[in-house]
Amino acid sequence: MLIMVAMSGGVDSSTVAGLLHEAGHEVIGVTLQLYNHGAAAGRKGACCAGQDIHDARRVADHLGIPHYVIDAESRFANAVIADFADSYAAGETPVPCIRCNQTVKFTDLTALAGGLGAERLATGHYVRRVEGPDGAELHRAVDKARDQSWFLFATTRAQLAAALFPLGEMPDKATVRFHAERLGLRVAAKPDSQDICFVPSRGYASLVGRLRPEAALAGEIVTLDGRALAEHRGIAHYTVGQAKGLGPASFDAGERQVVVGLDPGRRRVVVGPRSSGSREVWLREVNWLVPPPQGAIHCSFKLRAREEPQPGWVRAEGEGAVVRLDQPSLAAPGQACVFYDGDRVLGGGFISRPAAATVGRAL
Amino acid sequence: MIYLDANASEPLRPDALAAVHSALMQTGNPSSVHQAGRAARRILEEAREQLAFRFSARPGNLVFTSGATEANALAVHGLRASRRLLIGATEHDSIRASGSEAEIIPVDDSGVVALDSLEAMLGSGPPALVCLMLANNETGVMHPVREVAALCRSHGALLHVDAVQAAGRVPLDLSELGADSLAISSHKLGGPAGAGALLLAPAHADICPLIAGGGQERGRRGGTPAVAAIAGFAAAALAASGGEHLAPLRDSAERAAVARGAVVCGAAAPRLPNTSCVALPGVRADAQVIALDLARIAVSAGAACSSGKVGASHVLRAMGLGPLAGQAIRISLPWNADPAHVDAFGRAYAAMAERLHAALPHDGSREAIMR
Repeated sequence: MLIMVAMSGGVDSSTVAGLLHEAGHEVIGVTLQLYNHGAAAGRKGACCAGQDIHDARRVADHLGIPHYVIDAESRFANAVIADFADSYAAGETPVPCIRCNQTVKFTDLTALAGGLGAERLATGHYVRRVEGPDGAELHRAVDKARDQSWFLFATTRAQLAAALFPLGEMPDKATVRFHAERLGLRVAAKPDSQDICFVPSRGYASLVGRLRPEAALAGEIVTLDGRALAEHRGIAHYTVGQAKGLGPASFDAGERQVVVGLDPGRRRVVVGPRSSGSREVWLREVNWLVPPPQGAIHCSFKLRAREEPQPGWVRAEGEGAVVRLDQPSLAAPGQACVFYDGDRVLGGGFISRPAAATVGRAL
Repeated sequence: MIYLDANASEPLRPDALAAVHSALMQTGNPSSVHQAGRAARRILEEAREQLAFRFSARPGNLVFTSGATEANALAVHGLRASRRLLIGATEHDSIRASGSEAEIIPVDDSGVVALDSLEAMLGSGPPALVCLMLANNETGVMHPVREVAALCRSHGALLHVDAVQAAGRVPLDLSELGADSLAISSHKLGGPAGAGALLLAPAHADICPLIAGGGQERGRRGGTPAVAAIAGFAAAALAASGGEHLAPLRDSAERAAVARGAVVCGAAAPRLPNTSCVALPGVRADAQVIALDLARIAVSAGAACSSGKVGASHVLRAMGLGPLAGQAIRISLPWNADPAHVDAFGRAYAAMAERLHAALPHDGSREAIMR
């Protein structure tokens, strides 16, 4: 089978390329050039290729497979980086990796793979694609600690049909590194990537502030009933559910405070007790990986990348959905809420900013 | 593999291989006093005389460099002094990056330098150094360099010509051209990579070096010359006797692409006989290059950088081609092009165009062009 492998230059996708090649498939490696590495590193006029692209090419050389670098800079800037900054400015906390998967990776690369005659697009994600009675299903990885299904909820059913995720079956990362070593891949011991790829080490807030200066303007930290407790350094520094960075607003009337809402219009960060979460969560841009249910279905939900799924109900509502959790939760607008039936992903959406009335008078 | 990317690098000519091999067997540094040094020096100077003869320069006015990027940089460095720098809009990066505060001379929509604009620029302001390529690497479009040289002379401007793609493919004669300097490259005419030369008009024979080093090349370029590469360079230049025989093959490749909806960039201008730049509306260039590579056909898209990433071409943008600037591939036939290879290209192009059109999302540029 002709398979295109999206190679980031890291150990995971390199191992995918190696394993598929070893299994006798015809493999094409592609690496996305998402931003100018020279510019990111502060080198003027440097022509692009960073260490990761170099590593991906050398792995491809070692395997003897063709490898290409795809220019996705303008697409990434528009679909991912601009959206990232806009979301912060709108008082949300974006997940750029989901946007990237949704656009640059699965939409564009799947199309390219098809155009080049490849039957599948393989990636190094830790999820499982299971062939079910009604077509391909998306399942959590065997290694629950590495599961990335939350980041892939927006993959469409057509994209899933053409996808391949060999690492979903791996028991742990050590096994992946073992295979990388066994296949002689130079990246076998390369450290895992951390954080958001395009954010310089100074942190995301300076990037957001450059693109959307209003998100970096100081403002008030207020309580749910509208009392100002402290100053903040710009709403881009805050996420619903966050307890750090509140300074004098960390406690009110002896009770620990967390961020419960962001009001970009008045540049306010609203704090309240952790118990001020809500059961109802409204979602937009919902992607269903099962036929959209008629009425509500009971399943479990992940509102953050790293948390155990919690039970509740969901019903489709036009392009969106409404979730009713069994226990209240502080849902952060802009983050994903993904629906699971056991290990299987049923769908998911982006958490909307709540209507003004629902988070107290301060908003 | 079918190699149709000669403008990136020509296949090595047999005469060049023989000359390189023979020179590599000769131990010695041309600066040395002893017989081994003299033998190396003889190879170097014979190569210099052959190249000077081939392009009608004086041997003493030919400076060997590591390649055309260095030759271009040396020309700008050495000739500019306090002059304004005027460069064509479609120049190679080696010129674009060679000097600060360059003013851009526009081209028309065929990619040919706009002589009236150049004249206006020359007429307003202090004396200039003009850099203009003889033939463009991406489109093969040729500038009227003789007329440009006359304009420059009448305005007291100097003219440096990047003749890398023209050398060996069309007649080239420094004195007849009227330029002040000319850059050429070994591997673009069938020699090995690693050697280039700057040919100077007599008035500039004492150009100030970029690298002083040990004073080689009469103080104009320090560093031990790459004698074997230079020997191959000269042999290739003597063997490269024009590319007119490639024009019918180029036209045939072009017809195959046009039959699938491609647009030929710079078709209305005089062009090199081996080069064609064809844009396929709505289909990104990198996908075309990859699809053809998977079909074992080597072509390129103009703006590939060292990472291998293919972006929109500044050359095609300067020609006003808009989105097509990111949708064009370059076919450049090597000196030994085989008609059967061109036929195979036509078939592969048709299959590529059909498949990519079906699979890739359209951004509307195709419709815009068709209208």
